[in-house]
Amino acid sequence: MLKAESVSFCYDNTPWILEGFDFGVGPGEVVGLPGPSGQGKSTLAKVLAGHLAPQQGAVTCDGRPLPEGVFSPVQLIFQHPELTMNPRWKLRDSVAEGHTPDAAAFKRLNIEPAWLSRYPHELSGGELQRLALARVMSPQTRYLIADEMTAMLDPNTQALVWDAVLHWAKANGVGILAISHDRHLLDRIAHRVDESFAPPGPTPPETTCRAAA
Amino acid sequence: MSTLARTPALAERLGITDGRGRAMWVLGLCLAYFATLLLAAAFMGDAGLSTDFPNKKLAPCFEFPFGTDWLGRDMLVRTVKGLCRSLGIGLLAATVSSVVSAALGTLSATMGKRTDAVVTTLIDLVMATPHLVLLILVSFACGGGATGVIIAVAVSHWTRLARIIRAEILQLKQAEFVMVSRKLGRSPWWIARRHMLPHIAPQFTIGLILLFPHAILHSAGLTFLGFGLSPHNPSIGILLSESMRHISTGYWWLAILPGLSLLVTVKLFDVLGNSLRVITDPKTSQE
Repeated sequence: MLKAESVSFCYDNTPWILEGFDFGVGPGEVVGLPGPSGQGKSTLAKVLAGHLAPQQGAVTCDGRPLPEGVFSPVQLIFQHPELTMNPRWKLRDSVAEGHTPDAAAFKRLNIEPAWLSRYPHELSGGELQRLALARVMSPQTRYLIADEMTAMLDPNTQALVWDAVLHWAKANGVGILAISHDRHLLDRIAHRVDESFAPPGPTPPETTCRAAA
Repeated sequence: MSTLARTPALAERLGITDGRGRAMWVLGLCLAYFATLLLAAAFMGDAGLSTDFPNKKLAPCFEFPFGTDWLGRDMLVRTVKGLCRSLGIGLLAATVSSVVSAALGTLSATMGKRTDAVVTTLIDLVMATPHLVLLILVSFACGGGATGVIIAVAVSHWTRLARIIRAEILQLKQAEFVMVSRKLGRSPWWIARRHMLPHIAPQFTIGLILLFPHAILHSAGLTFLGFGLSPHNPSIGILLSESMRHISTGYWWLAILPGLSLLVTVKLFDVLGNSLRVITDPKTSQE
């Protein structure tokens, strides 16, 4: 269980963005987290993944605090994959930074081997995002936090990527937190949709949904 | 026909058809120029520096390509030796600046807010003082003369580079790929070596090379103003300030030729830095 217990977080000189926040993702569970922009969804993602340290409260993974200095069991996929790759490294090195993905993993994500010998600026966002996924889809990953992971992909690729990720998560018992504006996507992939950032009410009309996604 | 067919192949083999190959050639030519300059200065001997009245005030000719001055000294020898001296001062300034700026930049970015505030204030302080005034003050405080100029030029050029390094490290510390790397289990030392160094090293090297022309021009400027090197040892600043007195009487080669050589040398450093950037930046690696 990946758990946030009464977590409070703020950046320098800002009011609390998360205050006394409780949250949990079980192993093998897919949780959807919808909500409008600027509510702290991405901040929660970073706190859960250990990129940001909460001022109060604690994040635990299977009962223990997040480990430091080793491959973290909680991995975060960012919205902008081009920022998560060192621009001076060939992608082969970036992808192999955590573990060495096998050919089957590349095939499942539809990654062409030729991409590996290029630099990040020579690939598109969707291609980079798939490489970023291959990088963290290791047997050591227990929880995957997908922060607007497929927002920049076309519907076909989006389906392909989620299919591969959900298949891998099911096979390995990995818990997934999917953050997105796209409620339809979350309804489709998630076992449970968490309404912490979007209080239940009338579902917004179709058009705004599309625009936000 | 055969020559026409062969020319593109030859160009291809020499690598001048792509940007990177061209940059390599430019780099090589610049280095060759500096090497020639140093070798020429070493082999020329001091004969041209002594007075030779029968040959005074000669316009540029085959025997004296840069002409001679009012004491019959060979201007080519003086210019080459002067340039070498300027290069030496530039090298010294670059070495001192590199050490100071690397140390202060890294300290500022990694040792917390208080250290950062102290270092940033120091940088601002040095940068806010007009550079020439600072140079004159330091050179005066160090007793003037050659030592004064060299110390002044060496200790006053590190600010820009320190600021670049500080900004670069601060930015890299917050970069998402560095945060990901931490979560993939990499140690801070590994990240500094593999992620940060490849970003900082080119910035540093290019900043350093682009610092050369500043140092050379400043040492020439200080000397021109009369704070500097003694007239016995030729230096570009001395040559130019001496020629001031003669240029109005028609001895144009005394000012134009050494001035032009200084300009070419300084510009070549600029070209050197830029081609180095083309070669090291992955964004231009495929051009």
